[in-house]
Amino acid sequence: MSDIPVTQLGRTLHLQILRHNPRDPDSEPRLQTFEVEEADAMTLFIALSEIREKQDPSLQFDFVCRAGICGSCGMIINGRPGLACRTLTRDLPDHITLAPLPAFELIGDLSVDTGKWMRGMSEHLETWVHSQGLEQADIDSLEESMEPELAEQLYELERCIECGCCVAACGTAQMREDFSGAVGLNQITRFQLDPRDERSDADFYQLVGNDAGVFGCMTLLGCEDMCPKDLPLATQIAFLRRRMVAVR
Amino acid sequence: MDLLQSLTGLLLVMFIWGHMFFESSILLGKDAMLWVTRMFEGEHIFGKPYPLLVSAVVAVIFVLIALHAILALRKFPANYRQYHSFHRHMGAMRHTDTTLWYVQVITGFAMFFLAGTHLFVVLVQPDNIGPYASSDRVWTGRFWILYALLLVSVHLHAGIGIYRLAMKWWPLKAETAPRVRERLKVAMWCVIGFFLILGSASLLTYMKIGYDHADRAGERYVPAAASAIETGK
Repeated sequence: MSDIPVTQLGRTLHLQILRHNPRDPDSEPRLQTFEVEEADAMTLFIALSEIREKQDPSLQFDFVCRAGICGSCGMIINGRPGLACRTLTRDLPDHITLAPLPAFELIGDLSVDTGKWMRGMSEHLETWVHSQGLEQADIDSLEESMEPELAEQLYELERCIECGCCVAACGTAQMREDFSGAVGLNQITRFQLDPRDERSDADFYQLVGNDAGVFGCMTLLGCEDMCPKDLPLATQIAFLRRRMVAVR
Repeated sequence: MDLLQSLTGLLLVMFIWGHMFFESSILLGKDAMLWVTRMFEGEHIFGKPYPLLVSAVVAVIFVLIALHAILALRKFPANYRQYHSFHRHMGAMRHTDTTLWYVQVITGFAMFFLAGTHLFVVLVQPDNIGPYASSDRVWTGRFWILYALLLVSVHLHAGIGIYRLAMKWWPLKAETAPRVRERLKVAMWCVIGFFLILGSASLLTYMKIGYDHADRAGERYVPAAASAIETGK
């Protein structure tokens, strides 16, 4: 944390925000600048809320939890993806440029439909436990126990909040719309590790053993470096790559 | 295909690093360089030099490069839209590893011509390697321009490539991966710097020898010992 520059308060922040409403045929994408007086421990989310409250109620951006848990407030902050609620303005220069996350459908201004993309990815990669007779399982009965280390490992990968920052940080995803992204590949490794999932590596190969999956990853590592949850995405993708290469 | 691309890349990096040590034998003197040349021509085994052996190695390297390039091409931006998207993304992100990949693309593209020319010359003139023969090609033949550009391209490409290979395949533990990655990156720049210095020093030596030998370009080097016998010293 020592490398975070601590700036004095009393700054006037200039937030340059990309404005566009794709549902309005007269709307043209443009940058609009707002000025906000910086407050102590101010996050970008607070600054945006202040703008919406006091200056422009039409400004669109998403939020739910305000604590880096829901993944709704992902946006491009000075060129890099991040969560508005986890970004302190003191770590940023006076002039801040905000844009919506690329690769996702734009709802308006800074709001994008990550849910639609994530659902498509989830359906394509079948990111749920595949097990025979699961429909008849008694959900009131106790689940079979799992080694704590394995449960920890699964939990670590489950920490993904599907904010879309890894997709926005990925050069491959910018070029190829069908690329599963680190979020998808991370989920595949999560189910590959899960003993309740009866799928074999050959089954997973059918899902990600191509250039839209793990072999499309160019190891640019933007996903890992920009992940707001600090997930070990690079090691997970490397693990999956080795497993998939071993499938004949 | 990913594995094959990585394996051909690994073999080529091993080759170029070995190549650098052998060609920089000129720093130890003309006789040392001639000894290495004769070794690759099989003289120390067969009793006399067979330059065609060099051509055979060059042909294998040529095939490896072609295979590596074809496999790598599938990752390149396929059209202007993809190129534009990536370029805009890279410029906005200012992220080292993303930029390093782009350096790979540019140096790879440059080597398509630079390495191709170098390999072709050695393939068709395998007997034209030696302290004077190589120096004359470098200086009188103006090949130093090509070699200088090739030197920078190949070592950036090789160093970055090895780092990226490690990140792609090495089974790192999640807890230690960031620290290992940081160290690998430092090692990558050190290795690139080392080979650039070594390569520059030997290229300058070839240029100096070629410059001094320019008026007798084409004449072959006679080892110091043989020269002493000839002159009766």
